[in-house]
Amino acid sequence: MKSGSNLERVLAAGHFAVTAEIGPPMDCNGEVVTEKARLLRGYADAFNITDCQTAVVRMSSIASAVLVMREGLEPIAQMTCRDRNRIAIQADILGAAALGVRNCLCIAGDHQSFGAAGKLKGHPGAKNVYDVDSIQLVAILKGLRDEGRQQGGDEIEQTPPLWIGAVWTPMGDPVDFRPWRLAKKVAAGADFIQTQGIYDMELFRQQMKLARDMGLHEKTAILAGIIVPRNLGMLRYMDAAVAGVSVPQELMARMSAARKSAGDDKAQARRNQEEEGTKIAVELIEQARETAGVRGVHIQAIEWERKVPEIVERAGLLPRPTVTPEA
Amino acid sequence: MIVAERKPLGEIVEFIEGFRRVLVIGCGGCATVCLAGGETETKIVGSALRIAARKAGRQQDVLEDCVMRQCEPEFVEAVPGRVRDENIDAVLSLACGVGVNFLAERSGDVPVFPGLNTKFLGATAEPGVWVEMCAGCGNCVLHLTGGICPVARCSKSILNGPCGGSNDGKCEISPDVDCGWELIIRRMERLGTLDRLVEIVDPRDWSSSPHGGPRRVVREDLRQLAAEAEEEKATTA
Repeated sequence: MKSGSNLERVLAAGHFAVTAEIGPPMDCNGEVVTEKARLLRGYADAFNITDCQTAVVRMSSIASAVLVMREGLEPIAQMTCRDRNRIAIQADILGAAALGVRNCLCIAGDHQSFGAAGKLKGHPGAKNVYDVDSIQLVAILKGLRDEGRQQGGDEIEQTPPLWIGAVWTPMGDPVDFRPWRLAKKVAAGADFIQTQGIYDMELFRQQMKLARDMGLHEKTAILAGIIVPRNLGMLRYMDAAVAGVSVPQELMARMSAARKSAGDDKAQARRNQEEEGTKIAVELIEQARETAGVRGVHIQAIEWERKVPEIVERAGLLPRPTVTPEA
Repeated sequence: MIVAERKPLGEIVEFIEGFRRVLVIGCGGCATVCLAGGETETKIVGSALRIAARKAGRQQDVLEDCVMRQCEPEFVEAVPGRVRDENIDAVLSLACGVGVNFLAERSGDVPVFPGLNTKFLGATAEPGVWVEMCAGCGNCVLHLTGGICPVARCSKSILNGPCGGSNDGKCEISPDVDCGWELIIRRMERLGTLDRLVEIVDPRDWSSSPHGGPRRVVREDLRQLAAEAEEEKATTA
């Protein structure tokens, strides 16, 4: 075991893993995180704690991870390259490890101009860092853990037991290069991979085949990303505006039909779309599970975390396995 | 070239409105090439400032000059004399920030104001459009990326790109911005060197960039030659 994290143990025991996402609030109300944690306890093997996603200031990923651990959940602290240089990153990672965090997901982070895609003000005038990129970050964590060496070369005594994750956008442009970029992340030391949200399962399977041909599925644990669609507007937005996400016409039509079926009853239209979205998410999980080389799913129900238990249950992924640490 | 853009006239007027005699000084280098602060623009700004002064009922003389380059001692050495002899109270430089600095260091107690916003190191993409192509980071990696710079042309300066935000050849920050990594990949594909991108580029040493503090380049051989020439001049004199 590299980290002994629950996620690592579940995957090592050959189970199909489930991770879900918890988004920290924009204020200092820890109760929000605690509430989400209570709601989700037992429904996934580990929980991503986002790091100022969409470049909006939120409660820190590591602080939120600690709140989540207090509720008995295992966090995956996300770490972006946008806001910290290599000094701050390593300091925070060592601190997180000291506090008991065992999983870290290395990401570049949305550019500060993003500001929740214009829905919030954000901080578009911020200065970004990007001292290292996500692949270099993976290698830095591996260096700390396996070689007991900081990036600058200084040796450390106690090494952080981390299960190192990275993200793959299989359908991102330029799509032909994506399997190669995954290969670089794996070569850098990514123990697990969570993919960008997938709706076009056919294209994902083509990309997975390329990844398998390169043997990447054996060197890392690939978890397919599932973004739970809540309504037609969200699907349309993701299809049009989110890089690396394309929504097949068929799914769009299903959601559209769900909305129309309620006629003028807006509340019913919302409920119908939420039910259709849940159904779509469950189907996508099942399809991901049938895809060779996929070893789990990463469920993102953005600001709709309470839906995760039902989705995991309907996908037949309960109860979550208990894999006790080696003696 | 160094690409610059004129500041809004209102902002420039605010800088100089309290001064009696102002010298607007253009630059024949990059600022001319990017049509921001050459001879023509100096005349335009001079006229505009005179009109603004008259409209506001201010007694203000606006003089104009344009030197070959504001970043070389020999081209600006006459400026302090002119400022003194013609009782100039303030200088408005239409050079890049380098020119403003360089003049400011030589202008005694006379303030030098910037008339331009210095934007970046770039090239003319088409008439009226300039794009950034170099970040001046001090340690060129263009041999690794097909001649297209990841530091300047990727919004995140990613050395192992592209990130997940590349969409249809464009960057996540704007549909008007090309994804630098898409350009790199297509270029290397054409060169038949795409396989080199499989190599992981290590974290780089940014000490050669502005992050390492104000930079200077010293060529000892040239210093030596200059010193020798100085010595020779002294001996012959």
